[in-house]
Amino acid sequence: MSATAMSTTTAPTPTPTPVRKGVLARIKAPGFIRGGIFFLGGIAFATFLTWIVRASTGHSTYHNFLSWEAILTVSLLAAPLFFLVGFGGFDYWFYWAAGRRTRPEDHSGHGAYTWKDYFRINTDHKVIGIQYTVNSFIFLLIGGLIAMLMRAQLAQPGSHFVDANTYNGLFSVHASLLIFLFIIPVFAGLGNFVIPLMIGAPDMAFPRLNALSFWLLPIAGVMMLASFLVPGGAFADGWTAYAPLSTDAPIGQTFFSIAVQFAGASSIMTALNFLVTIITMRAPGMSFFRMPLLVWANFATSLLVVIATPFIAASQFFILLDRALGFNFFNAAKGGDVLMYQHVFWFYSHPAVYIMILPGFGIISEVIAVKARKPIFGYRMMAFSLLAIVGLGFTVWAHHMFTSGMANWIRIPMAITTAIIAVPTGIKVFSWLATLYRGVLHLDTPMLFALGFITTFTLGGISGIMLAMIPFDIHVSASYFIVAHIHYVLFGGSLMTIYAGVYYWFPKMTGRMFDERLGKWHFWTTFVFFNLTFAPMHILGLEGMPRRVSTYASEFAGMNLFISIASFALGFSTLIFLYNIVTSWRGGPVAEANPWRGLTLEWQVSSPPPVFNFDRVPTVVGGPYEYGVPGAVHGIFAPTPAAAPAGGGVLREPSR
Amino acid sequence: MSRRRSLTIAGIAAVISIAIAIVISFAIRWFPPAASEQAHNTDRLYHVLVIASIPIFVLVTAVILYSVWQFRMRPGEELKDGPPIHGNTRLEVFWTALPTVLLLGLISYSFVVLHENEKKPAREIDIGVTGQQFAWSYQYPPSVTGGKPLESTKLYVPKGVSVEFNIKTKDVIHAFWIPAFRIQEDAVPGITTHWRATPTRLGTYPVVCNLLCGLGHSLMRSKIHVVPEASFKSWLASQLSSASTGAAASTTTAGATG
Repeated sequence: MSATAMSTTTAPTPTPTPVRKGVLARIKAPGFIRGGIFFLGGIAFATFLTWIVRASTGHSTYHNFLSWEAILTVSLLAAPLFFLVGFGGFDYWFYWAAGRRTRPEDHSGHGAYTWKDYFRINTDHKVIGIQYTVNSFIFLLIGGLIAMLMRAQLAQPGSHFVDANTYNGLFSVHASLLIFLFIIPVFAGLGNFVIPLMIGAPDMAFPRLNALSFWLLPIAGVMMLASFLVPGGAFADGWTAYAPLSTDAPIGQTFFSIAVQFAGASSIMTALNFLVTIITMRAPGMSFFRMPLLVWANFATSLLVVIATPFIAASQFFILLDRALGFNFFNAAKGGDVLMYQHVFWFYSHPAVYIMILPGFGIISEVIAVKARKPIFGYRMMAFSLLAIVGLGFTVWAHHMFTSGMANWIRIPMAITTAIIAVPTGIKVFSWLATLYRGVLHLDTPMLFALGFITTFTLGGISGIMLAMIPFDIHVSASYFIVAHIHYVLFGGSLMTIYAGVYYWFPKMTGRMFDERLGKWHFWTTFVFFNLTFAPMHILGLEGMPRRVSTYASEFAGMNLFISIASFALGFSTLIFLYNIVTSWRGGPVAEANPWRGLTLEWQVSSPPPVFNFDRVPTVVGGPYEYGVPGAVHGIFAPTPAAAPAGGGVLREPSR
Repeated sequence: MSRRRSLTIAGIAAVISIAIAIVISFAIRWFPPAASEQAHNTDRLYHVLVIASIPIFVLVTAVILYSVWQFRMRPGEELKDGPPIHGNTRLEVFWTALPTVLLLGLISYSFVVLHENEKKPAREIDIGVTGQQFAWSYQYPPSVTGGKPLESTKLYVPKGVSVEFNIKTKDVIHAFWIPAFRIQEDAVPGITTHWRATPTRLGTYPVVCNLLCGLGHSLMRSKIHVVPEASFKSWLASQLSSASTGAAASTTTAGATG
């Protein structure tokens, strides 16, 4: 759009005033009604497809031409895609493909003016960021409630609160929701909101792809939860879905196999979007080594996602084909290879743990630099250590399989790389500590979560190094020690960083301040009850309690009761957070543009930011964390385009 | 308080904490009683790991607490910034190199323990283990029984003689774990897996399935009896004689293991 066109048009109308439309027009318009109709069309398509295939392959009775399991399996794949078409996720591309008139500068999908704008295809990265984050937290609450049910069952041995099948379903859905619908997407959500602002871009590189990748997520989550409703119950083989248990499981397993495809596709699309955005859309002067570390962290994470995620998609397609069509990939009696599943699965799922922590490292770097009022100590090493983790992250997967029966020699190199990958992580911890030293520490809620994160994550890292030691791992693999370890890195690690990030950017995202006193309460209750819940699990594992059990030997009763009580208190601490966020969003004090006096670009625009982020394109003139340097700024806003320095005139700070 | 004085106090506090933590780490009963040679090696490895970890964790926590104590924002410092220190190459090289050396040292020690634990001794007997939803059964080959092979739901092993378990499954994956021996390995469809241990302590210990195998996974528990070699021989003899009279009886009780 040319500048003259800009000046002749009056201020853009925020939203097309809804004209009373006829019923037909409402059905034809993209949205939930059209989506619902298409959804039913998807089921009809699945019914027809399975009928025609089964009929043509010659079943003897009409009865067998229609199999509800076949219809359900194909529907799970087709109906969500049909829904997305009806909902409007593909409209623009279909116009383009059909040769119809497209709108090259179509911003009609941008911005949110009423709550309804959060429930449609919206191309604004800030709206999508909030959609992602809120959606993820809904699944955090559901996953947490499921954990409460599990702890109720485990409060005493031999309890009959739920039966064994339901219990197996509960822990499988708990893990799947919190991994695929909470930790991975909530980081994508915070990144979505913050990254374009941080690099001085008006939006993500592919806004329509961005919208589509969000709407795949609720589909995956609802699918996982819906598995509780089908005969045989929810998928009950853990989030790892090891074959051949999963290939013989009831139909609920199919819900997992297919939900992972949708969540995985969403991840890949977002990662591609982040990569292209970060590589191509940085503001003038924003060299790679002037990028805030959150941007670096999401860059590294996105590399992991695009390389690794296809492997879990493949592993679950193998399971699906084994289950639905008898491919026998993992049927040992028919030449299948059971260990192959685990290799393919962990080739994704180990890098996935870094997908679930690197963005958190980025958040902590932002929070600590701003709240300690000091530059990040060893900025370049912080960036390089992220890339080192990306590389090494692909060389350690078989440490999940030390007791799996794979060839013995594989254990040795994998143990060495597993120990070595702790080095770049250690560099990050030491850099944060050195950043704190001699700073001016603002100990508010985001900072408390950041400091709490460093201690709990260090414990999780230490137990991780222990698990690299093969003889020790041979004892505790798959025991409660593992449950303790993963909750120290995912709850004490990832979730702590997520809380830090949500509090830190809450003023920017909502334009409101949260209640600091409630925030501190939230931190202390979470920190204390987290440790009381998960620390004793280390000992349970060492003593010989296996994980994924609905009952246990009576000698473990006392400690389990203690853990259950602590876990309920931990659950209640989440309500403080929820109350604080909901009330502050509705009626908290109005936030200023830069309440933390941050230097990075997102704090240089209003809270919440304008629809296209920057009214004038910023020019980056220095590093992102120049706290304590008198008069230092990260970016400047040229008053008019003419006043910007001519080509090559970008100001350069001498490197440190 | 001068920086030097506060650092001294923090340093002393850290050293005392490390000492106390190490003492406590020896007082805690981490493991069930060790009943095999391998268990003693693994427990020693664990204690080394704990002792190596304590100073690292205390150091991290001490820096955080010291910073909170000394550098938190005082009233009137709302607009103050810290000194613009961007890094220190020598320090960064140091905290990259030192953990690398430490980790390589620990992992090398773990390889020594692994080699020690898996070494084949001169004298060894073989016992077959079969996992099945949701019970274990054990096969004593002729080389062990001295006569006909024996199939049993009970696991007896002689003290002081290395046992190699050859592990199979009839259905899905299970994991054959004896926490008192500190060893487990999966039972994998299509292949036979192995582990060995030398029992060193008489008694009865749990055998646990440690890999989700379906509805009855939680209850797939059994016992191992470590007995003197003479008792082992006589137990085998009694089982063989009863097996010849009532071979059917042992298979019907497969679900209720001893």
